[in-house]
Amino acid sequence: MKDINYKEVLLKPIFKGNPVTVLVLGICSSLAVTVQLKGAFVMALSVIVVTGLSSFVVSIMRNSIPNRIRIIVQLVVVALMVILVDQILKAYAYSISKTLSVYVGLIITNCIVMGRIEAYALGNRPIPSLLDGLANGAGYGLILIIVAFFRELLGSGTLFGVRIIPQSFYDAGYMDNGLVILPPMALILLGLIVWIQRSFQKDLQEK
Amino acid sequence: MNTNGNTYTVIYSTVLVILVAAILAFVAMSLQDKQNENVKIETITKVLTAAAQSDENVSIDETTDVLGMYTDNIVDAFYVDGNGEVTGHMNMGKENVKDIQVPSTSDLKKQNDILKKISGSKDSTGQAELLKSLNLPVFVFDINGKEVTVIPCYGAGLWGPIWGYVALASDGRTIEGAIFDHKGETPGLGAKIAEAPFYTSFRGKAFGSGDVVFAVEKGKHEGEPECVDAISGATITSQALGKGINLWAKHYQPYLNKAAAEKAGTEADAEDTADMDAAADAETIK
Repeated sequence: MKDINYKEVLLKPIFKGNPVTVLVLGICSSLAVTVQLKGAFVMALSVIVVTGLSSFVVSIMRNSIPNRIRIIVQLVVVALMVILVDQILKAYAYSISKTLSVYVGLIITNCIVMGRIEAYALGNRPIPSLLDGLANGAGYGLILIIVAFFRELLGSGTLFGVRIIPQSFYDAGYMDNGLVILPPMALILLGLIVWIQRSFQKDLQEK
Repeated sequence: MNTNGNTYTVIYSTVLVILVAAILAFVAMSLQDKQNENVKIETITKVLTAAAQSDENVSIDETTDVLGMYTDNIVDAFYVDGNGEVTGHMNMGKENVKDIQVPSTSDLKKQNDILKKISGSKDSTGQAELLKSLNLPVFVFDINGKEVTVIPCYGAGLWGPIWGYVALASDGRTIEGAIFDHKGETPGLGAKIAEAPFYTSFRGKAFGSGDVVFAVEKGKHEGEPECVDAISGATITSQALGKGINLWAKHYQPYLNKAAAEKAGTEADAEDTADMDAAADAETIK
């Protein structure tokens, strides 16, 4: 049994191998649910739970899954987790589940979940797979929260719904940037994050 | 064991799917009550928020005991048909707040389908029957001594249904407040119908008596009480909302007119009796 460096399993997906900025997975939902920090935060938590638990469950089942239907089996497991999260949000965090609307359901199609199951959980023991899933979810969530921070601050002048930019600024002629609310600006912000990250980590730059 | 055989694959997938279905069914059933409760509380909050806008001193936020406030302020909640006749009553939860009945969005959709059929039909006997089959909800509140009638509206937005509640003064025309919601309009554009700057612009407007009872159109509309400014960048959502309010308000007219006339009648009666009393007093003094 090969030794697993738990530190690397946990930290790599957050910075050096971030699923959004390095692997460029899960872009769609990071554009859609980053208008407000609150929504982004709950979305991040939901994705962490889903990636972690589905990697864990698939890893437990990995030796029994028939190879020909393995993608379908993975999908069933991911869908199960997503629906559980959706139902629980609807019951206990109704207003947030309303703002996230369809995007919770769309975690099923989030490339990170399936990507980590295929790449890691199918070949590793349950505990490292769980950690890998959680860490990748967290890496995704981190980017989500960074983007949402700027979008909510510049687009609505609030953070977590609390007004940050004082009324006197508005009286003096300051206006919220409506473009930041729209998805194209989220993509530009994401591009900026990728740029900043690559200027620090030179080994990520392509020649 | 051969995990690639056909029999194994079929058995494996069957067992997996049945297992997952069982888990989901169990979770859905155990959480269903809580979820329905959430939806109901949201509807009650909307209805109450629309009514509460009639009084600036009343505010509703996340800490408000919505159910308690609803039962304290509601006077009557019932259904009317297209001729203004009362067809049934809703439980107002006076004994137990858990029993409060409010129409769900699917109830509103059903009524909306009938309303659309009515405006589409040319056959007058069929139309009359459809009018009778309507069950339009009406909520009457007493907000600090002021009588406010709340009626819903429903329409098809850009991406999904939009609906809302409009609060009317006792004349059945003047809008005291309004609130809207949507299933999935574009955030930042159509979704703005659910935000304060838009819905507060309804206050002080009034239903017209002509063919167009209400409209949402671009422009300032000063001196045009039956029209509010639309949201720029959300033309379809705005128009849909205008159409929805117009369609619903039109079919509430028979009830609203009747209620307003009755109200005016009782007030006039009260004055008459007062006059007669005064006259009788004058007689005795003589």
